[in-house]
Amino acid sequence: METGIPHITTEQEPEWIALPPGLLKMRRLLLVVWLGPLTLATGLVPGLLAGPGWAAFAVLPLALLIWGWGMLERNWRSWRYAERADDLLISRGVLWREQTVVPYGRMQLVEVTSGPVERRFGLASVQLHTAAAATDAKIPGLDPAEAERLRDRLTELGEARSAGL
Amino acid sequence: MTGPEARENVGESAGLGVHEGPGQGGHEGAGHGGHEGAGHGGHEGAGHGEHEGAGHGEHEGAVREGSGQSVRKGAGQSVREEVREGRPVIERRLHPVTPLRRAWAPLAVLIGWAVHDPDQAQRQLSRLTTTTLLIALAVLLPAAALYGFLSWWFTHFAVTDTELRVRTGLLFRRTAHIRLERIQAIDVTQPLLARVAGVAKLKLDVIGTDEKDELAYLGAEEARALRAELLARAAGFAPETAHEVGEAPARELLRVPPRVLAVSLVLTGATWGWLVVVPVVIPLLWIATHSLWTVLAVGVPLLGAAGASTVGRFVTEYDWTVGESPDGLRIDHGLLDREHETVPPGRVQTIRIVEPWLWRRRGWVRVELDVAGSSNSLLVPVAPRELAEAVIGRVLPGVRVPAASELAGAPRRARWCVPVWWRGYGLVVTEAVFAARHGLLRRSLALVPHAKVQSVRLSQGPWERARGVANVHVDNGANRSVTARLRDAEEAVALLRSQAERSRTGRRDARPDRWMT
Repeated sequence: METGIPHITTEQEPEWIALPPGLLKMRRLLLVVWLGPLTLATGLVPGLLAGPGWAAFAVLPLALLIWGWGMLERNWRSWRYAERADDLLISRGVLWREQTVVPYGRMQLVEVTSGPVERRFGLASVQLHTAAAATDAKIPGLDPAEAERLRDRLTELGEARSAGL
Repeated sequence: MTGPEARENVGESAGLGVHEGPGQGGHEGAGHGGHEGAGHGGHEGAGHGEHEGAGHGEHEGAVREGSGQSVRKGAGQSVREEVREGRPVIERRLHPVTPLRRAWAPLAVLIGWAVHDPDQAQRQLSRLTTTTLLIALAVLLPAAALYGFLSWWFTHFAVTDTELRVRTGLLFRRTAHIRLERIQAIDVTQPLLARVAGVAKLKLDVIGTDEKDELAYLGAEEARALRAELLARAAGFAPETAHEVGEAPARELLRVPPRVLAVSLVLTGATWGWLVVVPVVIPLLWIATHSLWTVLAVGVPLLGAAGASTVGRFVTEYDWTVGESPDGLRIDHGLLDREHETVPPGRVQTIRIVEPWLWRRRGWVRVELDVAGSSNSLLVPVAPRELAEAVIGRVLPGVRVPAASELAGAPRRARWCVPVWWRGYGLVVTEAVFAARHGLLRRSLALVPHAKVQSVRLSQGPWERARGVANVHVDNGANRSVTARLRDAEEAVALLRSQAERSRTGRRDARPDRWMT
């Protein structure tokens, strides 16, 4: 078990929801798409032009690829969110951890976005806006149906608990 | 017809603050250009924009959506439509000196060009004959006058029961409807020349309004009357009487004597910094380059900055007066340009008490405040601590400024994360505010009322985790965050949860947006 933010014991632990695996798949694919050809290029070009020893340059992007492969999973695992009675919790980050709490009454706008790559993988992100721009509450890589459910639920809860500036 | 109308409806359903009359259909298509906050319908977010219930003062992300308080629409809505609302809306024009404000613009362009490129300007000037000069004048002056006149002629404003409407623009017409209950502050500003002419600018601070939405210029008396009327309407006085309510009586809380202000500026680190930097940099530069132009190019901005941070501050903060009225806080200041700001009750998001090192012996503090959408962030430039705390007690009712001894410092192990300065961090959460302090020499204590907290965040880097500490950030509605740094990790998690809870419940006893209802 990783050390870090200790779990609070005084209240009941909220029901954390993890992200579906689609986001991990997408990020890994992007990683391979970028670093795979780079590995080949750094291996082949110096290897063919300057001698086989120079192909060792390829080790660098390859190591990055392998390291990134593992890190992406850790990062993906660290993302989770919980809908509590009065606020939404978002927790993320492996080395630099961040937890955000947004009371439903403070939400001004809930946005569902989905880029072309995300759509290809059937993913959507939910972004919450409050009056404070510093509120950085985004949940990436959700199932579109879940994203819409979340949006509708947050809107509904926000309406019920709405408060001003 | 269908095009603009359809867009209009999208806008409506997205919760824009527009109150259209019942007869929606009758927009004139003409000139209904692509000006209605582009990208409205494009958001998938159902969003909170959707409920625009009267009285709950959210501002729906005006920045993103271009909606919310100030709604811009293309032209095409004429007075006729407003009349259809039942009550005729009286449209007014700005003060007739307004055209002069723009008349100097072509001149400024010429001067700017001459300064930017002096050689070229001289050559061009020597080539000019009297005739060409006269012709140029004969063309330029009427053109400038015509532009000034037309922009004045096409600017109208009107006060309705719930909104201030500003209609402006010569070619690109725009209409801003500013919801009165969303007012965060009203500024009446009188630049020096405007004081001579007896006019003033009036600006409503609402999230999302910009420079164009200020009313410049109005007659000085008219500006005061309009401010009183807007505040009365925003406060929730009956529409019929709002016009006659008049200015709310103000009671002076604090006035900063010029001598104290001057001494405080002398005791500011920045003043001494400039005194050291300017006499060192300019001779050094001269020795290094022996080029007059380089010295001038560096020296003039340097002197300008030095002047702005010392003399400029004195001129702006001169005769700083803080008053209290049923309409909220009044801040008046300025030696040459006079500014009068009114902040209605319950609009202050954060208060910061800043205590520079050199002021500590005299017990002076500077008090800053955050109001959403307002450009001013100063409440008291300098005052003795007790007086400043008394003012804070009036600005944030029920809030007591916690004493330094009440603040809990960072744990000792935090010194590995932030050496030396860890001693400056402190935090206390009272029943009314979240108070966090930072700084060793220049101490700054920020107070955020629980009701103003928009979200709470906890962050922890790897190094901090190894030491078992974490930071708690509290975000307010004026786009500022207050951070309690390097708290014990267990405490920080508990704080995160309990602060979210307090933020939610703190709202219950907040005053309504229409503060007189």
